Amino acid sequence: MIPELGEFALILAMLLSALQGFFGIVGPAVKRERWMAAVLPAVSGQFVMVAVSMGCLITSFVNNDFSVKYVAENSNSALPLFYRIAALWGAHAGSLILWIFLLAFWSIAAAIGTARLPKPFASRVIGVLGVISFGFLLYTLATSNPFLRLDPPWPDGESLNPLLQDPGLAGHPPVLYTGYVGLAVAFAFAGAAMLEGRLDRDWARWTRPWTTAAWAFLSCGIALGSWWAYYTLGWGGFWFWDPVENASFMPWLMATALIHSLAVTEKRGLFKSWTLLLAVLAFSLSLVGTFLVRSGVLVSVHSFAAAPGRGEFILAFLVVMIGSALALYAWRAPLLKSEAGFELTARESFLLFNNILLVTACATVFAGTIAPLIAAPLGLGKLSVGPPYFNPTFLLSILPLMALLSVGIHARWKRGSLGNRARILILTLVVSLVIGCGVVFGLFTGGRVLSPIGIGLGVWIIISSLIDPIDRLRRHITIPRAVLGMTLAHIGLGIFVISITSVEAFTAERDVALAQGGTTQLGEYRFQFEGVKPIQGSDYDGVAGTILVSHDGSPVAVMHPEKREYFVQHIGTTHSAIYMYRVSNILVALGQDLGDGRWSMRVQVRPLVTFIWLAAFIMAVGGMLAISDRRYRIAEAREPAIEPVGAVTRSGAG
Amino acid sequence: MSRFVNRFTVPLAIFAVLVVVFAIGIKDSPQKDLIPSPLIGKPAPAFALPSLTDPGRKVTSAQYRGHWYLFNIWGTWCIDCRIEQPMLLKIKQAGIIPIVGLDWKDDPKDARTYLKQAGDPYQSIGMDQDGAEAIMWGAYGAPETFLVNPEGIVVYKRIGPITERAWEQDILPRLPLTSTPDSASSS
Repeated sequence: MIPELGEFALILAMLLSALQGFFGIVGPAVKRERWMAAVLPAVSGQFVMVAVSMGCLITSFVNNDFSVKYVAENSNSALPLFYRIAALWGAHAGSLILWIFLLAFWSIAAAIGTARLPKPFASRVIGVLGVISFGFLLYTLATSNPFLRLDPPWPDGESLNPLLQDPGLAGHPPVLYTGYVGLAVAFAFAGAAMLEGRLDRDWARWTRPWTTAAWAFLSCGIALGSWWAYYTLGWGGFWFWDPVENASFMPWLMATALIHSLAVTEKRGLFKSWTLLLAVLAFSLSLVGTFLVRSGVLVSVHSFAAAPGRGEFILAFLVVMIGSALALYAWRAPLLKSEAGFELTARESFLLFNNILLVTACATVFAGTIAPLIAAPLGLGKLSVGPPYFNPTFLLSILPLMALLSVGIHARWKRGSLGNRARILILTLVVSLVIGCGVVFGLFTGGRVLSPIGIGLGVWIIISSLIDPIDRLRRHITIPRAVLGMTLAHIGLGIFVISITSVEAFTAERDVALAQGGTTQLGEYRFQFEGVKPIQGSDYDGVAGTILVSHDGSPVAVMHPEKREYFVQHIGTTHSAIYMYRVSNILVALGQDLGDGRWSMRVQVRPLVTFIWLAAFIMAVGGMLAISDRRYRIAEAREPAIEPVGAVTRSGAG
Repeated sequence: MSRFVNRFTVPLAIFAVLVVVFAIGIKDSPQKDLIPSPLIGKPAPAFALPSLTDPGRKVTSAQYRGHWYLFNIWGTWCIDCRIEQPMLLKIKQAGIIPIVGLDWKDDPKDARTYLKQAGDPYQSIGMDQDGAEAIMWGAYGAPETFLVNPEGIVVYKRIGPITERAWEQDILPRLPLTSTPDSASSS
């Protein structure tokens, strides 16, 4: 009964989303007030129905209803309640339900957030979101219905992939999807502006907080995923340039470009058509990412959920959504006029370079991701695209970006002089490079050529980001939250650059075979193996090793890496033990039982690796801080009228 | 610049090209799950691996010289390998081509228990506990399957489980019609 209710609610949600899309887009076009008024009830109803549907699926999981195929395939009565709920998004159909739920959530939030904006514009925004919802609901019902029954029901389920039975799984997909789907709002704002045929600085101000929020979630989601891979896959890697990872990274790069381009559009009324294009592309890449991951076109190590036969539908959906958005763009964008010019050394230029470099970086990742796909039909064959391609090409555009950042944030709008900041910038660059070289050649050894550059740039980004806030503090000028948020995000980026550099350059690792009491040395760290003990969990058993770690002779930690064997699926997993000591992560993973009490194991020391994820989190916090800036709240309350393209707007918030 | 060809239509044009590429990626079903392998058309790596099922014996490439065989990389930890298992058993029953397994980064005990429970589709299985052999084959995930001809040349590679369709459309057509493991000898 409950699964049928869920399916029925999903069908109702699809019908409501169709109404939402129709009234939202056609209403303003034919200027019918009552049609536009129908949009809010439609989106609210859609949200409620989607929530009911998701609630039904969760209920089936919680009640161990193994007559539902999706539940039987992904859950098990031995599974703890927490993972029975998280199992919802452990595979394809449930992930889609989560996607749809989050889209409905963003839609209702956007409906509330745009309530004070001009009616036709708000209804177009919600209308575009309705079309997206409709596409995904139709896709789910047509190809991936999670409510299908099994006859006869299975006595017990197959259980969730043990790799996914992890707290990281519970957090990673929902956060990542929140970011992915959030870009739909920016897309909808762009769609509404193009349907309307006008775009001004108010539009940019309305769009900014939504974009930044989605970006912040995306940052956290990617970081959580990387962290999850780091400690569950057991081998201490944190980024593999895997198609699934790239699928989340590309929208992030685009969203980052969009955030900066929106700043220019808001402050100076420039880059209008470019901003529109970025908004369309950022969400398009989310969709393309979904396509690549779900269609089975690219098979990935991570694609637990790839399913052939669904690709055609997603491709058709991509053509409708992205194709019509880009066609609309080709038609409307030429109408948009820039409101002013700027000098080559003005902040606008730096932000333009920021955009070009980010988009280039995104394009190189995109090319690498789909290269196997293009090479096959062309008969080029023999293509293996991995870190040897991604690392250097990505750095090629990202390094200049990092170098320009510190100067760019001190450039002024419109006019190009750095003024009195030039001296302090040069000074900080020198200091940073000295610190970079010092860190690389002093504290650690064995760094490569790029290491001092990386650490130097990272330090420079942090120091130069602090110049302006410190200056304001000294002169007792209040710092707006937007500036504070930006500063925090840039500091996060600096920390990120430093930690990536140090992980890449200074990680020490060794695979050894140890008998009980045996020791191995890794740099200043000593590892002593004390044997293994059996362990028992609710749906697995296995062994846990004991390893004593000491640093320079003084004890640091007792570590217990595990090897688990899950009953239901007979799958073994490696649970490496990770201990944070000072700024380094010590990782021990158990390998094979070599007999006679001897075990193979991997020991690893990675300096600063935790800071990679911490940095992403700092960036996200910076974004959230920027959203809370006064001007987004006050300005909306003023209800500024939309002015025609090319007109100079009155509300110059900058 | 004309009305229809200007910088604003460039994104649409690029997207159209991508759609065509994606469509080929989907429609071109023999190519579908085939990520090009540098090994195709080249000799398969020579191997001599400890046997999983018959300790003390070795599984070697020399034993298969002169025969068609499927080289299947798997592990008990790999979900998709379990999905593939029934299909491999079917292939074994068909008796057209032997399957050589490579038990990748696995616990031999687990693997033996698993094969007892699920059925053993392999003619022989080599052990690759440290993953060194899989690297020789350029594997980066499991399951991966290579079709090797009597001259020892890799003619086809599949990433992901072998499906009914892949067996009928990609593997069977590549085999000589009269071939059985014994009659395909080239020497």
